[in-house]
Amino acid sequence: MMSERGKILPVLTVLAALLALWYAGAVWMNAPFERDKAERAGKTISFSQLVPGTMAQDRPVLPAPHQVVQEIYKTTVQKKITSKRSLIYHSWITLSATLLGFLLGTVLGIALAIGIVHNRAMDKSVLPWVITSQTIPILAIAPMIIVVLNAVGISGLLPKALISTYLSFFPVVVGMVKGLRSPDQAQLDLMYTYNATRAQTFWKLRWPSSMPYLFTSLKVAVAISLVGAIVGELPTGAVAGLGARLLAGSYYGQTIQIWSALIMAATLAAILVMLVGLAHTYVLKRMGQHVERRTA
Amino acid sequence: MTDAVVSARDLSLTFETNDGPVHALSDVNLTVDKGEFVSFIGPSGCGKTTFLRVIADLERPTGGEISINGMSPDEARKARAYGYVFQAASLYPWRTIEKNVGLPLEIMGYDAADARERISRTLELVSLTGFEKKYPWQLSGGMQQRASIARALAFDADLLLMDEPFGALDEIVRDHLNEQLLALWEATNKTICFVTHSIPEAVYLSTKIVVMSPRPGRVTDVIESTLPKERPLEVRETPEFLKIAHRVREGLRAGHSYDE
Repeated sequence: MMSERGKILPVLTVLAALLALWYAGAVWMNAPFERDKAERAGKTISFSQLVPGTMAQDRPVLPAPHQVVQEIYKTTVQKKITSKRSLIYHSWITLSATLLGFLLGTVLGIALAIGIVHNRAMDKSVLPWVITSQTIPILAIAPMIIVVLNAVGISGLLPKALISTYLSFFPVVVGMVKGLRSPDQAQLDLMYTYNATRAQTFWKLRWPSSMPYLFTSLKVAVAISLVGAIVGELPTGAVAGLGARLLAGSYYGQTIQIWSALIMAATLAAILVMLVGLAHTYVLKRMGQHVERRTA
Repeated sequence: MTDAVVSARDLSLTFETNDGPVHALSDVNLTVDKGEFVSFIGPSGCGKTTFLRVIADLERPTGGEISINGMSPDEARKARAYGYVFQAASLYPWRTIEKNVGLPLEIMGYDAADARERISRTLELVSLTGFEKKYPWQLSGGMQQRASIARALAFDADLLLMDEPFGALDEIVRDHLNEQLLALWEATNKTICFVTHSIPEAVYLSTKIVVMSPRPGRVTDVIESTLPKERPLEVRETPEFLKIAHRVREGLRAGHSYDE
């Protein structure tokens, strides 16, 4: 087993390597612009003169890490949370849609799984449609959901959340069908010999058996809920949210803004997945399982 | 005949498989009386487990008749007439030992105080007092199987069906549990049907040994044990014991061609 200290060093090494690569990439990709500028001014510049310029452009092809960090700092710490230019404000918009969508997706996923496990007709009919639903590209269906719901007067949080739901219910259905079917034959026979009702078998056997499957699914579901919320913000005409920041950034060539929104989204996803992981560990501990130190 | 706990007449069970019908049980006639300890022994495929599962209503016979306490298997199951001990302990890993033993009581709606009393009584019967709050993974295989026996004893079924409960355990643990099982049978007055493929185990435990043979699954011999009810482990070295064991072995040999 690795100690905490033993884990930190490799992680930091990889991080440092990534940063170095990123800086090198920024210099390389932004250099043509600096050379053009110098050429237009009728000058020739050396490499060492060129490097500082590549890291201080307004609209670099690839912004340097410290530019992104500065932008994030400027738009989080230095702006009021209520400000439209605050990244926290936009993150919250996206997060609220993510959480609502995740919640709806989880409930829908579990409900469908219960139906599929208990009803032969549903088993045969629903699962193929569930799988088909995921073959439709979300980018194609998202604008339609937004437009259709807008037409019936629903706008704002719910349409975005529904796109998250559309994505997140899938891993929950698949995981929970497997989880609810995970009890072995002897465990089920035991319930049968007690003449237990279906509800008793469900609550005392199937449901507890499915917990590890549920949480594994939830980790995937929460991450793609965030993706769904961001995708849902794109066709709304860039009003608010991380998706709107991404879209606005790309309209106006604000690469620094795009990257800071991206980093924010990634951080958000990491935190959400971590929270689900903590809940997982907590629940399994309460269920008396000796949880091995998980790596993910 | 009023004493018959299990009574089977011309009982048959045929599984339809892709390779044609499999005759798991064929014309089985058998009576198990109240308070008996009956072992079913035979090579795999002889239908001994299937017979137990028919009693438990886990399989439906395709011919003949069977009654448990004068009821059909379905009625007997609904009346919770028997406790079933599986090959694997099948404890629920998220429940502590006391919660596992209490599972049937929860399902059958015993009130909390009664359930608590029953749990501690049955855990004492299988010598697991003090392990109430432990989870199954914290116990050895033998202890887990004892907990599963306690679970089958917790409610008021007077018939105990045991399907090779000690099959996965090593011989030292098995000897110990056999001794404990006899003491427990003595203390509770239950009727026990016990599936095994160990000749010494069958002879040591039983008042009646049912020898079965495969293809089709049928009873080839029923041996009433002449051993005294009081049986220390040493009884296995007596001539009497060896004589019964010999007859069981003969029965197994007669019913089974090893050249198949």
